Amino acid sequence: MTGRGREGRESAEGAEGPENTESTEVRAYSGRPVGSIDLNAVRRGEVGPDDLRIHPDVLERQAIVAAEHGNPQLAANLRRAAELTRISDTDVMRVYEALRPHRSTADELTALAAWLAASGCPLNATLVREARDVYARRGLLKPAQAP
Amino acid sequence: MTRERVGRIRFMDAQRVNLDGFAVENPELGLVALASPYDPEPGLTVVDGRVTEMDGVKAADFDAIDAFIAAHGLDLSVAEEAMALPDVAVARMMVAPDVPRAEVVRLCAGMTPAKLARVLALLRPPELVMAMTKLRARRTPSNQAHVTNRLDDPLLLAADAATAAAYGFRELETTVPVLADAPSNAVAVAIGAAVGSPGVLVQCSVEEAQELELGLRGFVSYAETVSLYGTERVFTDGDDTPWSKAFLTSAYASRGIKMRVSSGAGAEVLMGGAERRSMLYLESRCVALARAMGAQGVQNGGIDGASVAGAVPRGVRELMAENVMVMARNLESCSGNDALMSESDVRRTSRTLPIFLAGSDFVCSGFGSIQRYDNMFGPSNWNAEDIDDYLAMQRDWGVDGGLRTASPEEVEALRRRAAEAARAVYSWFGLADFTDEQVEAAVDAAGSKDLAGTDATAVLSAARTIMDSGLTMADVVTALVETGFEPEAERLLAMLRARVEGDYLQTAAIFTPSMRVLSLVTDPNDYAGPGTGYEPAPERQAEIDAIRQQRSVRDLRAAQLAHRADALRPVREAAPGGDPREVVIGVSPATGRDVWLTLSGLPVVDALRELMAGLEEEGCAGRIVRFNDTIDLGMIGLSAARLSGSGIGIGLQAKGTALIHRRDLAPLANLELYSIAPALAPEDYRLMGVNAGRHAKGATPEPARNPYTDEAIEARYHTTVVSLVAIERSHCTGAPAEELAL
Repeated sequence: MTGRGREGRESAEGAEGPENTESTEVRAYSGRPVGSIDLNAVRRGEVGPDDLRIHPDVLERQAIVAAEHGNPQLAANLRRAAELTRISDTDVMRVYEALRPHRSTADELTALAAWLAASGCPLNATLVREARDVYARRGLLKPAQAP
Repeated sequence: MTRERVGRIRFMDAQRVNLDGFAVENPELGLVALASPYDPEPGLTVVDGRVTEMDGVKAADFDAIDAFIAAHGLDLSVAEEAMALPDVAVARMMVAPDVPRAEVVRLCAGMTPAKLARVLALLRPPELVMAMTKLRARRTPSNQAHVTNRLDDPLLLAADAATAAAYGFRELETTVPVLADAPSNAVAVAIGAAVGSPGVLVQCSVEEAQELELGLRGFVSYAETVSLYGTERVFTDGDDTPWSKAFLTSAYASRGIKMRVSSGAGAEVLMGGAERRSMLYLESRCVALARAMGAQGVQNGGIDGASVAGAVPRGVRELMAENVMVMARNLESCSGNDALMSESDVRRTSRTLPIFLAGSDFVCSGFGSIQRYDNMFGPSNWNAEDIDDYLAMQRDWGVDGGLRTASPEEVEALRRRAAEAARAVYSWFGLADFTDEQVEAAVDAAGSKDLAGTDATAVLSAARTIMDSGLTMADVVTALVETGFEPEAERLLAMLRARVEGDYLQTAAIFTPSMRVLSLVTDPNDYAGPGTGYEPAPERQAEIDAIRQQRSVRDLRAAQLAHRADALRPVREAAPGGDPREVVIGVSPATGRDVWLTLSGLPVVDALRELMAGLEEEGCAGRIVRFNDTIDLGMIGLSAARLSGSGIGIGLQAKGTALIHRRDLAPLANLELYSIAPALAPEDYRLMGVNAGRHAKGATPEPARNPYTDEAIEARYHTTVVSLVAIERSHCTGAPAEELAL
């Protein structure tokens, strides 16, 4: 395994959040204009993971477009997605796993929702709390451990 | 004691369609297509902006699916209006060209699953075609291919992905026979796709969490295997809930990755969990849930369960109704025609045809671009065996089914480039080393059985290295640049940039080869009756029309000239003969000029030699005369008979049709006729010579019989005949008949 050209590309995900983007030009999560991400930059090793990740503002804009085209649910999804740009791949996988049937207790889901809310993902937190309530009613929670 | 059935029934039993299973409709088992007596009555009660009852179930009794739909899926501002409309009124709106798509979409957003199922069940097949034409999201139809092989051979995957892209598929889906190979397959197919065309979307269908990880690494550009089911039990047996799937949907979008969900009739029946509901009603729950979750699209139309639907009455119709339902919910439709649903070529074509004619966002959600045996999803309804059929169908109907013709040269060049690019990347990362012979074998292979063999552990180890070393698609881009595959590197980088731009997260998005996004937003379907909606642009129409098998008169003339011979020479103007044993063989104007081969592939001079030899056997003498004033075989034969000393003549068109004529008969009468030129062998001409000799001697020979064939001989030769006749006509100058020396 060479790993050539991969130096100096630590992801900033989850650290201080994305750079703000004001202009109309599409910017990556890192704040870098997408137009500047070309083969020369790749060749020079100047393209990092956050240069290839979507910015939450872009997802917000796409949400507006979706709502304007008759699909408020797609818009809501894109807004939840905008929040999830702020958490790491590992955390995304972790939340998904926790939401699968019989994986979590009600308390664990409550804690997960709180963590999401604290991580800048209030819409996703709401989704998790909603899941918790339905799971409790439909028997989809993890059976409580014997003491 | 059972008596054997009569031959006619035994014969019918042996036809391929009877390998299919046909089930008696049985609502208890969910073996019912459009409506079950146990389907709920549609209904919706909203109190203070909350759904308190839906389709006969009170909120307190909602299962997880009901609960998610009720909380997120319905536009309550139109629900009252929509639910009050009679089913048939909505069905008519779906079909009527003057009701805009947007109006149907607006109302359907307020309809419960039971309501929309009732509406769709009313649409008859041609009405489904009309509704699909109008309701699909994207104006331009498209198609998706499977690219897999039994060995997970990376070079073959890359070559086949490039081939699929060359044939016009805009989404490629791969999967694995060996789960751990998935990362290798995703990388190989992505590289091959980039060689074939810019902007081809790639996915690797594996277990949900692994599929997501492949997406996060950038190896795939969309996801589809996010399965939904219509009953809670089957859903949770699938190890998910509507909430976990909704979260997954957002997770993909959060990394800029296009995603659709999968559902479709039959899945619940196969798992014994249909709860006595109809397939259409259960699917209506899935589609409502897909919309509620915010997925942009749905793959349905009976995917793995297509043959279950196909086994019950009206099941194939139900499959198409599912697709239309997705469109009515304003979602992208990836319209099944995926798993092979019948052993019968007629049934599987019948199953696809209406969708093909109407056009869908993706006509197939998995056209097997590789051979049946290499399809690791199982054989598709359409496979590499059928690509030319499909291209011909597009041309027959003037319909854009998403495919294009690729020239043999283009296919070879792309396959080589793809295999070489894959080898370069695998070598760059130390994943595997492939030899020149392996590259060439992949280039030439029609399937994995043509490969010498693939080291299965090498693929597995490459896949493990990809995962363990944290490789991403950005690294693959670098490797391609460093190994001299810059255009491909640029194409893959463009796909990574597309994830940052986000436009392809909108409904029904694909990329054109120039990387323009076509979606509900940028390319909305505007069908409103004849003269509106999608029509292939002239360049696209030309692409559809120009299949590689088409031939012009020019092509045919060139092919004939390749067989030019100097065995036939004019010697003098033809005059009547006096020898009672003479038989004149009249030939058509182009004989020995531009036409040299008969339709059976026999050189015309050989046919003439056989005729002459047959005459000789009977002690007769043949004389060859070319007529330049007619191309009609009857007239040629009659004119020959009139010049002949015996009064018996043979007529021969250069394409091989031949007859025996007698000078006192009417032009269209004759003594013997060989009408099926493509089936004629040298001995047939010999026999005709013999018989003509016997006629000349005043005997009455037993007429020769036309060889019989049950093949579509006219389909095979009529275009050639038209060209040959045109060539004959061009030599029909009215010049005097001339005697030819052989």
